[in-house]
Amino acid sequence: MIGTFIVIGFILIAIFAPILAPYDPIKPNLPQRLKPPSSQHLFGTDQFGRDIFSRVIHGARIEVWIIFLVTVISGTIGTAIGITAGYFGGAVDEILMRITDIFLAFPRLILAMALSAMLGRGLTNAILAISLVEWTVVARLARAEAMKIKSQPYIEAVKAVGASNLRILLFHVLPMCLSPVLVQLTLRMGTIILTAAGLGFLGLGAQPPTPEWGAIVSDGRSYLVQQWWISTFPGLFIAVVVLGFNLLGDGIRDILDPRLRR
Amino acid sequence: MGILIDVKNLKKYFEIRRSLLSKPTYVRAVEDVTFQIPEGSIYAIVGESGSGKSTLGRTILRLIEPTSGTIIYNGQEITRLDNKRMIEYRRQMQIVQQDPYNSLHPRKLVKEIIGEGLKIHFKMRPDEIYLRIKEILEMVGLREEHMFRYPHEFSGGQRQRIAIARALVLRPKFLVLDEPTSALDVSVQARVLALLKELRERFSLTYMFITHNLAVVDYMATQVAVMYLGKIMELGSKDDIFQRAAHPYTLALLDCVPSVGTGRKIRSVPRGEIPNPAKPPSGCVFHTRCPKAQKICQEKEPEFYELSPGHFCKCHFCK
Repeated sequence: MIGTFIVIGFILIAIFAPILAPYDPIKPNLPQRLKPPSSQHLFGTDQFGRDIFSRVIHGARIEVWIIFLVTVISGTIGTAIGITAGYFGGAVDEILMRITDIFLAFPRLILAMALSAMLGRGLTNAILAISLVEWTVVARLARAEAMKIKSQPYIEAVKAVGASNLRILLFHVLPMCLSPVLVQLTLRMGTIILTAAGLGFLGLGAQPPTPEWGAIVSDGRSYLVQQWWISTFPGLFIAVVVLGFNLLGDGIRDILDPRLRR
Repeated sequence: MGILIDVKNLKKYFEIRRSLLSKPTYVRAVEDVTFQIPEGSIYAIVGESGSGKSTLGRTILRLIEPTSGTIIYNGQEITRLDNKRMIEYRRQMQIVQQDPYNSLHPRKLVKEIIGEGLKIHFKMRPDEIYLRIKEILEMVGLREEHMFRYPHEFSGGQRQRIAIARALVLRPKFLVLDEPTSALDVSVQARVLALLKELRERFSLTYMFITHNLAVVDYMATQVAVMYLGKIMELGSKDDIFQRAAHPYTLALLDCVPSVGTGRKIRSVPRGEIPNPAKPPSGCVFHTRCPKAQKICQEKEPEFYELSPGHFCKCHFCK
């Protein structure tokens, strides 16, 4: 319940960012630099005099964009690899799953850092890097589902009718794998934000002056003792939104898994 | 009457590995089966569960790849055809599966389930497909509006009718019926069986009827083969099996048929359970449960003895 409210609020903020934000999130305003929170600047201003509140609100758009792209890319790669491995089994399964294992063997953030450093700085490359880390989870799940479904009599019936493997995979196995994959992707959205913010904080994700939350936290690093507000507010937003997604994910899982429902 | 299906020395072994390094053991689901299905017959395959009768049916349709042996359909060997060449034979050989609750895709409309094969095999316009589906639905006793429903909206008997429609919409010649009524209520069973008989006349079909229910065999079959642990023990015409059965296993099965009011006593229920097909007994595979077992049964596997034309029995003592 609370999770749903937080996530809906987050999405509304992203949609109405230009209306909600009182100032330009990017244009410097040096006379107003490093002002503490006041009625004029709700969250204060940073070292370039930019309004933190406006930057955080515009940042929501960037986060939504990251979540959307990572979900689509990693969902597509993961599902494709997972159902192929699960449906064909044997050597195909071995090869694809060992590749997946290689990706799973590294800590997520480290691998995402290495990949985005390799691809070069920037938001697009960060999104690619996160997708390349995230697909493994989806692939494992899609594989398990495909293995379960391929032995169902209705798949054998379609084979008896003369359908090719590709046809069975796309029109009969895939639709049955989709709903658990979508739930898993929802559950992972919080993690995606965390990874994106981590990369932004390390300077590997969104580049200045893009108001990505992790990058804003990083901006305030050297002022943390005196001007605490620069890092604190975007940090709070990250924490709340991640919490919101996790609560939402738990809720969806409970609804779909009748064993957990009381 | 020609031979539609000619199966020679067919084997299907399933490999079981406990771990990557251990030696694989094999479950001999179908062990050296040879028989012929004449065109237009209803060929019943009977046996206890675990006797490999379902595996035999699915292997003949190449839904499972055979380990060795040959399958000849209408004079054409189909054992090693690749997927592309197999498609034409897929259209002619169809299956109705055992459990109608699992054999229909839960997320597809009835018209999609039945129309799938039409889309694959015939270049038909959507309105032609629609007409064909409507026509076949009416033949199996359903109505046009049922096309736009999902499988879960139907009863077991209706679902089995949908599965029959899916198989017959392609106008096949040969149909494997894998215990088509065992999941249904008794009252529904009779109607589905009557429908299958009627459809066979109408489309001049040949059936391979897999079942463990001898009453159903008596009602449907023209020919019968009795399977035990992957092997055919006795085969012949229905009368050969029901009137002149020679194999102790067949006799035991016949004795198990419960009948109401005739006062017939069950004489010899096969003792114990069917042995593990990964470790079949030596010699005659039935000797562990056979009331007539002698020393020779443990040592030597019996040949097929032809008792009368077309009536074969695999027992040392059936002559």
